[in-house]
Amino acid sequence: MTQASLGESVVQKTIHATQTQNNGVAASVTQTQPLWLLAEVTYRCPLHCAFCYNPTDYDKHTQNELTTEQWIQALRDARKLGAIQLGISGGEPLLRDDIEDIVVEARKLGYYSNLITSGVGLTEKRIQAFKEGGLDHIQLSMHDITEEINNFITNTKTFELKKKVAAMIKSHGYPMVLNVVIHRYNIGHMKEILEMADALGAEYIELANTQYYGWSLVNRSQLMPTKEQVEEAERITNEFREKSGSKMKIFFVVPDYFSDRPKKCMNGWGEVFMIVTANGDVLPCHSARVLPNMQFPNVKDTDLGWSWKDSPAFNKYRGDSWMKEPCRTCDEKEKDLGGCRCQTFLLTGDAEAADPVCSKSPHHHLIEQAILDSRNPTIAAQPIVFRNDKNSKRIIAGELKERVNEFHALP
Amino acid sequence: MDNKIENSDIYTLSLHHRFQWEEAQSSYVILFPEGMVKLHGGAGEVIKRLDGKATVGDVIADLKAAFPDAENIEKDIIGMFELALSKAWIRKA
Repeated sequence: MTQASLGESVVQKTIHATQTQNNGVAASVTQTQPLWLLAEVTYRCPLHCAFCYNPTDYDKHTQNELTTEQWIQALRDARKLGAIQLGISGGEPLLRDDIEDIVVEARKLGYYSNLITSGVGLTEKRIQAFKEGGLDHIQLSMHDITEEINNFITNTKTFELKKKVAAMIKSHGYPMVLNVVIHRYNIGHMKEILEMADALGAEYIELANTQYYGWSLVNRSQLMPTKEQVEEAERITNEFREKSGSKMKIFFVVPDYFSDRPKKCMNGWGEVFMIVTANGDVLPCHSARVLPNMQFPNVKDTDLGWSWKDSPAFNKYRGDSWMKEPCRTCDEKEKDLGGCRCQTFLLTGDAEAADPVCSKSPHHHLIEQAILDSRNPTIAAQPIVFRNDKNSKRIIAGELKERVNEFHALP
Repeated sequence: MDNKIENSDIYTLSLHHRFQWEEAQSSYVILFPEGMVKLHGGAGEVIKRLDGKATVGDVIADLKAAFPDAENIEKDIIGMFELALSKAWIRKA
């Protein structure tokens, strides 16, 4: 899957949309309801993207996926808890042949459903079935305007296919929602990427700067652009918004490494976002399994309502009572809730510390060092570890240590 | 774009938007790619009446009949149309 569905951006958008307080339109989202349910239905994927945030040991979970019936039960249970936006993601969800059944059930339950896909495996027959079944939209990942970069970063030959799939989505009357993960190799093509999206008739485009989790953390020094490149990309995006006359809605997701305050990850732990993974683990965020001493519930043996409301894991970082200094007495703590627990643990070894992105964090030098490393020609010249089964098996077997040793858990 | 709301205009929900009652929120919501808005009672009552046939004038008349005690309701309703249009939740039918 792409970083498209990295919850923070999506949830922030959800919240943002509700902040219009005018003429009786509500400002607030009800607290602690899993409005967003992300179903990561499989970790199998035909693409091998260097920036994938899926866990590097995903190969453990390609043989124990939930059945269709288990997914349908999870959808029903989550809907009762208030879930309304459903993302069907992966891996590549289209590698399962029951997405049609899941879509039908989602519509029946009243979800607004979104298939998050690379496009590989989308056929006329399948998209027809999705349309008839009531799938609301399809979010397609695009990588670049050049065949060369598309094929390089995904480690596949998928450039032509993506254009074909974009046309297919359009011809079936679906809104065109594109997601482009931004990194060193495509950040120089921002204007061309926006023009391509507009020419394809996209209604929405998300320019998601790479965030460093999973495979993208392993490849951080190889993927990170410079601060100047990010600023230029944002400038071009703003200029396009103002001058192009395009009606396309553009979301520019800023990278936290170049900020001095952390992101309010997932809009707060266990606040509005819930993930069910391929094997049934129930998580408050994509990366939560990197955290130490946590037992995440699994839909195979626990009730989803208990998981969300009462499980120790979902309550662990709700609110701010878990915080240490400097967060505990920080007058900005409500703005970001101390940032991302997973990033903090991966980089510092202390899950309750301040996110090292924050300039007030005693660990902030780790971010500064990562930025320096990405500009160090020797480090940046290390080969990319592409996301594939072979590399996942190698990482599980304890190989590639030199690429993961600096982190406090396997990314 | 001309955002002036005329009584004779007919509006409908924008493409790819869905309007529904959410029990868990006890409110109407509009759903669209990547987001949702929760509507307070008054806003929900307006959007609910957009069936692709009713004019703005029809909606106002209907709401006046449904809520005879509400004062200055017409101004609020027009305000709602303006907001919904500026947010692209609705479009001209």
